[in-house]
Amino acid sequence: MVEPLLRTDRLVKRFGGLVATDTVSIDVRPGEIHALIGPNGAGKTTLVSQLTGNLAPDAGTIHFAGRDVTRLPTHARVRLGLARSFQITSVLREFTALENVALAVQAHAGHSFRFLADVRRDETLRAPARQGLDAVGLGARADTLASALSHGEQRQLEIAMALAGDPKLLLLDEPMAGMGGEESQRMIGFLQALKGKRAILLIEHDMDAVFQLADRITVLVYGRAIASGTPDEIRANTEVRQAYLGDETAEVA
Amino acid sequence: MAGLLAPLRTPRGLIVALILLVFAVLPLLTQAFDQRYLLSIGTRIVIWSIAAISLNMILGYGGLVSFGHAVFFGIGGYAVGILAANGLQSGWLQWPVAIAASVLWAALVGALSLRTRGVYFIMITLAFAQLVYYVSAGLEAYGADDGLNISRSRFDGLIDLRDKASFYWLCFVLLLGTLWFCGRFANSRFGFVLRGAKSNDQRMMALGFPVFRYRLAAFTLSGAFGGLAGILLANEGAYVSPAMMSWVKSGDLIVIVVLGGMGTLFGPLYGTIAFFVLEESLKPLLDLVHKGWGEYWQIVFGPMLVLIALYARGGIDSLLGRRHG
Amino acid sequence: MDYLLIQMLNGVQLGLLMFLLAAGLTLTFGIMDLVNLAHGSLYMMGAYLAWTLIGVTDSFFLGALLALPATFLLGVAVEAVVMRRLYARDHLDQVLATFGLILFFNELVRAVWGPAGKSIAVPAFLAHTVEILPGVLYPAYRFAIIVVGALVALLLAWLVARTRLGMLIRAGASNRRMIAALGVNIELLFSLVFGLGAVFAGLAGLMAAPISSVKIGMGDDILILAFVIIVIGGIGSIKGAFVAAMVVGQIDIVGRAFLPDFLKTFMSSAAASSAAPAISQVLVYVLMAGVLVWRPTGLFGQRN
Repeated sequence: MVEPLLRTDRLVKRFGGLVATDTVSIDVRPGEIHALIGPNGAGKTTLVSQLTGNLAPDAGTIHFAGRDVTRLPTHARVRLGLARSFQITSVLREFTALENVALAVQAHAGHSFRFLADVRRDETLRAPARQGLDAVGLGARADTLASALSHGEQRQLEIAMALAGDPKLLLLDEPMAGMGGEESQRMIGFLQALKGKRAILLIEHDMDAVFQLADRITVLVYGRAIASGTPDEIRANTEVRQAYLGDETAEVA
Repeated sequence: MAGLLAPLRTPRGLIVALILLVFAVLPLLTQAFDQRYLLSIGTRIVIWSIAAISLNMILGYGGLVSFGHAVFFGIGGYAVGILAANGLQSGWLQWPVAIAASVLWAALVGALSLRTRGVYFIMITLAFAQLVYYVSAGLEAYGADDGLNISRSRFDGLIDLRDKASFYWLCFVLLLGTLWFCGRFANSRFGFVLRGAKSNDQRMMALGFPVFRYRLAAFTLSGAFGGLAGILLANEGAYVSPAMMSWVKSGDLIVIVVLGGMGTLFGPLYGTIAFFVLEESLKPLLDLVHKGWGEYWQIVFGPMLVLIALYARGGIDSLLGRRHG
Repeated sequence: MDYLLIQMLNGVQLGLLMFLLAAGLTLTFGIMDLVNLAHGSLYMMGAYLAWTLIGVTDSFFLGALLALPATFLLGVAVEAVVMRRLYARDHLDQVLATFGLILFFNELVRAVWGPAGKSIAVPAFLAHTVEILPGVLYPAYRFAIIVVGALVALLLAWLVARTRLGMLIRAGASNRRMIAALGVNIELLFSLVFGLGAVFAGLAGLMAAPISSVKIGMGDDILILAFVIIVIGGIGSIKGAFVAAMVVGQIDIVGRAFLPDFLKTFMSSAAASSAAPAISQVLVYVLMAGVLVWRPTGLFGQRN
């Protein structure tokens, strides 16, 4: 039995009368891709926000890398190795692609209370940033402003930023959202290559991608985790078929 | 040497060099043309530039609309004034105390106000500045509303601040120092974190930056330079009063930073020059149109600000073409 | 005890005046997301217009009554010429532009009415005292301010809670896009709300005139207090503005009235009477700081 990297224990989050996260217990093991799926409004984003520290749960605990992080602020969780990408593209638009990644590298290079040395000539930041851009296939666009990148390129840039700190766990919130077929395929290939090296919690709507990539899948409906298992087990699960996959059953199978 | 001269090849670099050159020799010019009044305006432009640069650190690079920056004129100024009134006239004592007081106040206000955002932040910084304003107006022992005449700081054997030219050059050297620091700061690790947080603070937090701490540090740093400007302003007029930190002055500083070009190194300098030149020229200009109108120059200046806010956000700096680097 | 009661009534009266000013501000903040520094200029213009109209009509009542539609028109004009272009802008643009408007109005007043302050006499029909409790006399004019202020507050509460305009205002305060989706004429709604805010500001200005004076920049200091009030109450909340205005009014007046005696126990009489107003002002800001540490969006503000 491998000790899970991330584990939530009976997590609860309420908004007024609505229970957005209903006693959810999930875990992610080192090196695996664990996909979180569910229809719109199932509470995926709420759950992610609690994992990252943007929302405080009403009950339950979150353990990461052997520590209770339930009350830890976002930046402290990032320091422990929990990195995320955003559902809506979130890059620093006024900075170049290279500067975006360099900032991500900087976030993990000790404190930034350094006021005089020119960061634009700082190879300890720029060299790893360039490597990171190359790894996601953006090497040629290093000096382009992030706002001038295409949507797909911005998603790639996000991944490069998330990977820059060499995180233990990557939390990807719909990395394929808004991508064309070709771009999606490239992203799937890229994530496939990461498999085994890094734990990934993947939130994704694209079922093809999920079933191609995931080692395990958890299905969230109305804030509850109704099933959890291998892709085959999820396919075969009648409750999932009824509650969520519905008409898509044929397509998925 | 070639590297040093490289900026001169661009129009932008040439203009900056020209401005700094004129400022460097201003006392000689005003003496040659016997225009002492111009030297006093020049001194005030230099001091206000330092304050504007310090506001630009948080407003321009950090995106934090602080509406109480003139309070540092007051804190720096009153620290000097109160010490002087108690017979402690050494600048070696006054100046560090004044800077320390500014830093402390900035840290306190920053710690409280940076917890809020948007309109709340604007209003809170304004309100805290008003608080200091009212406190100073209530200091019966130090002139209350009327302010306090003081003798200038003494640096015996080193420099005599009563000499207008010496004082001007001291201010000018401090302006150069402030510009140098701000230029380095803007492109440092710290500056990038601050600018990144202006661009997208959620993303910066998700990257692992404790954004609040960096903003607080920037706010405090900005307060230190603001306090320096206050020290100089008090010594310029040998006088401190609550009026030097009225909220209108804070508004003027915002106007100057926006007018010059937010988040640019020399923008605050252009803005200050433009602001003072406008003030000094609108009056005679209006008087030319109709005798007596000059007195009401703000009737023209006010709508100009509206137009600047609506149509000229890049400021003067953006008129000089694209920035290099 | 009588002294305390009278001072508390003065606090209520000041609080209601500030509420009138704060109500317009908090509405424009809440609905249009607009930082309007020039709101104090409307307060000042209300007083100056009233001064002129009272002179022309030779009647306080008539002059004041005419000044209200005049400030309404002024507000609508300011909205149409400047504010409308600022809604979509960021707060910095709004601060800058409305700061420009303050300079403009202050200077305009100086050019038109001259640099010296004006005074409006307490109208004859209110220039007496009323016996509010057996043996306790209170100036009728101040009492009238309390009555008018309270009536306007009730009217506003009714307007916001019960009418279609109020429904739109509440919807707008929580979700601007929603009103657009309802197919409401936003431009009209915004200019109406802005005009309404201008009337309240003008009313506050002209009512305050006989007890203070009509002077340039009179709106600026009280405007900052009004900002403090809406920050304490929570931006967009009429209820919050009311509660905060009442509290601030009490702190200000009661502080001024009782602090000097307290301070005199350990400082000189002159120093005490000079320090007391400063300290009561400071208390207001300390209150604000405390509220914000506890609730960064004010007492009744929306939390996200």
